[in-house]
Amino acid sequence: MTTKRRYIALIRKNLGDRLNIREGVAPNELYLSLRRESLGTLPETCSLLTRSFRANFTTLVANDERSLNGTFVLSYVFSVPTDDLFLILQVPVEPRHMEVPSVSHVLESANWFEREVKDWFGIVAFPNIYRLASHPDWPEDVHPMLKDFDPQTSVPRVRGSFDFKHVEGEGVFEIPVGPVHAGIIEPGHFRFSVAGEPIINLEIQLFYAHKGTEKIAEGMSPQRVVFLAERISGDSSFGHAVAFCHCMERLSRCEVPRRAAVIRTMLLELERLYNHTGDIGGILLDVGFAAGAAVALELKERLLQLNELLTGSRLLRGVAAIGGVRRDPEDTPLKRQALADMLVRGRQAFEDLVSLVMSSSSVLDRLETTGILSHTDAYRLGITGIAGRASGMNRDFRRDHPHCAYGPLTFRVHTSGEGDVLARMRVRIDEVRESFSIIEQLQLQDPGEPARTGVVTVPPLQQALGYVEGWRGEIVHWAMTDAEGNIFRWKITDPSFHNWRAITVAVRNNIIPDFPVINKSFNLSYSGNDR
Amino acid sequence: MLRILKQALTGGVATNSYPRVVGEPPDGFRGKPVIDFTRCTACDACAGACPTSAITVQTSAQKRGERTVEMNYGDCIFCGECEAACPDAIHLTKEFQLAVTDKSELVTRGFYTRGSDGVYQYSEVPAQTRSHTEPVEEIGKALKKKVRTLFGRSLHIREVDAGSCNGCEVEITALNNPVYDIQRFGVRFVASPRHADMLLVTGPVTRNMEIALKQTYDATPDPKLVVAVGACAIGGGVFGKSYASCGGVDAVVPVDVYIPGCPPRPEALLHGILLAMDRYPHQGPAHTA
Repeated sequence: MTTKRRYIALIRKNLGDRLNIREGVAPNELYLSLRRESLGTLPETCSLLTRSFRANFTTLVANDERSLNGTFVLSYVFSVPTDDLFLILQVPVEPRHMEVPSVSHVLESANWFEREVKDWFGIVAFPNIYRLASHPDWPEDVHPMLKDFDPQTSVPRVRGSFDFKHVEGEGVFEIPVGPVHAGIIEPGHFRFSVAGEPIINLEIQLFYAHKGTEKIAEGMSPQRVVFLAERISGDSSFGHAVAFCHCMERLSRCEVPRRAAVIRTMLLELERLYNHTGDIGGILLDVGFAAGAAVALELKERLLQLNELLTGSRLLRGVAAIGGVRRDPEDTPLKRQALADMLVRGRQAFEDLVSLVMSSSSVLDRLETTGILSHTDAYRLGITGIAGRASGMNRDFRRDHPHCAYGPLTFRVHTSGEGDVLARMRVRIDEVRESFSIIEQLQLQDPGEPARTGVVTVPPLQQALGYVEGWRGEIVHWAMTDAEGNIFRWKITDPSFHNWRAITVAVRNNIIPDFPVINKSFNLSYSGNDR
Repeated sequence: MLRILKQALTGGVATNSYPRVVGEPPDGFRGKPVIDFTRCTACDACAGACPTSAITVQTSAQKRGERTVEMNYGDCIFCGECEAACPDAIHLTKEFQLAVTDKSELVTRGFYTRGSDGVYQYSEVPAQTRSHTEPVEEIGKALKKKVRTLFGRSLHIREVDAGSCNGCEVEITALNNPVYDIQRFGVRFVASPRHADMLLVTGPVTRNMEIALKQTYDATPDPKLVVAVGACAIGGGVFGKSYASCGGVDAVVPVDVYIPGCPPRPEALLHGILLAMDRYPHQGPAHTA
């Protein structure tokens, strides 16, 4: 891979004095380890990488490797979209001095990641010391992701209360919302500071749905972890499961059969379809346009029923497997017919819905200029997926890091510059159209060919990334195996973790009654964020 | 406006006829797994394949050569791994209406004794060893019955996500769509526990939701019903019990109805909700209890 050579030469020339460079198991990963004495240059190095290679910060992984080499390792993962490359900057952290300089001032998208690492590992990215993942009743000195913390420990509650930013002034008051919400949604706490109707400030406390997913996976066999991956965020069951399988396959240098890649792509698009139509319905419901919402939600239901017919599960569970897929969605004439029907009738129903919505001025009036996320803010916070694309971020892992069978397909990445609720709905509408066309292109490709390789033996002590462009945005998993080939460390990055901060920016100066529709237009996963 | 009218007039009726007609799920649907105990040899292959230990094979500590095979539908995530491990004795049926009011009804067992050839032989399905019902429980049951008749006409539900993966929420939200249209049963989702008759709880109850769930339960006026939705809410599901999870709703608040599934399909949810209201037609087509 000549691009990789070019990058190695370039990095060696300019940063060779502080970095060691090593190639990963997976072909598009480059591991850069920062030498211990150059720790102080960490923020500068991160900023150099992002600026010189137009790289995007993707995730931060902390790993307790004390049992292997006596240190902790922090891995800052960057995606280079122009050359389909991942740069992984690794920093060793001494157990005696659990501190690294924070990179948040040069890379604001890393802010929440650093705080999570502090809560779960006790590694401080100084001076970014605020709590994020641990609730106030969790003891300060207990870090659940350390290897010497037993997941079965019952941790006593301590006294403490949430520390929200207060806004003071005449007529300013606070509205607490959640964690049990008024709609059928997940748990989270919102603290609004308002003066009359306009929102001055919003503070969000999440991690109510924290289930210790990454922790309980440690020591499990990779085959079993696939089932956990399906349950990171129910609406992205297939996306997360494929991201994890992808990670294990890259780590084992295993190629999945062409047919499996085709099926995965098709099902990823079906997942995108049902979620996007559901979200369009949700947005319409939140502005009181019941006629449109009913059409959208009915279409979503038909898509879920199609999923059940094709795979036996409405949420596409039990399909992904390491080395391929367990089920073929096109193995009977009935299934092929149902899929073909959806491409005709579903598409028609969708176009009818779009013309119904776009001709309703009262709907458009509510959506336009509501909940604006500017391009500058989106870029600064590293917003991914539909939310990012609706604010003019031209990023899509399907094109930038082709995976599954996306490489040879023709599709467009749709963006919009406005960044309001309408833009996020428009991007969804365009993506639904693309999804129908992608499924059409994939229909009956290599039918009947095997869709799963034999038993995949996962090698010990290897690490790799796995990723897909889920319907919400980029889903990135990083995993390392232990001496037996079981999971040593598994880091899950749901796009929601990047995007939650966008909501606090987008709601500012909007009125409280518009909050539900703004929230819905992002439709972030609490469970994917909290894990 | 005209377009909306046209849509309303030409759209037709989307709502299905559940529970009068229970549609059969498509081929390949993964419903209730059934062990054919007569073909099972208590070999442990299914238990080893099960990601949530819904199937266990226990060797008796007292008597050598005795084994119990136990399957708990409550913990089942319907992945089909047991069927793949043992296509001889296990298959996943299309049955999906699995809600029960008594958690012990979710468990089936088979007893095995080792023959002279070393192979385990099926000996019997154990008789239901139910303890005799205490008078207090009788009264409790009668009261429950009364409660159900009270709510039989209309029911207000508060949904509480106690840390689910949001898969159950996808399906619960579907109850409001035109196809299932839960309002035709007089059932409504309300915004506050203070307006609710029933709490529909999902998720394994995370540590961070434990207090909130208790407070929601306390805020719901009596008489009230609690329904645990999905494998996580019944017994922790894939997440089990850990520093972050209480391992099920009944570890925190009392539960009236359990709806297995991961997640349960909308019709399975309707079945459970109607069962809780005592409105499910007992001689209905697919109902066997």
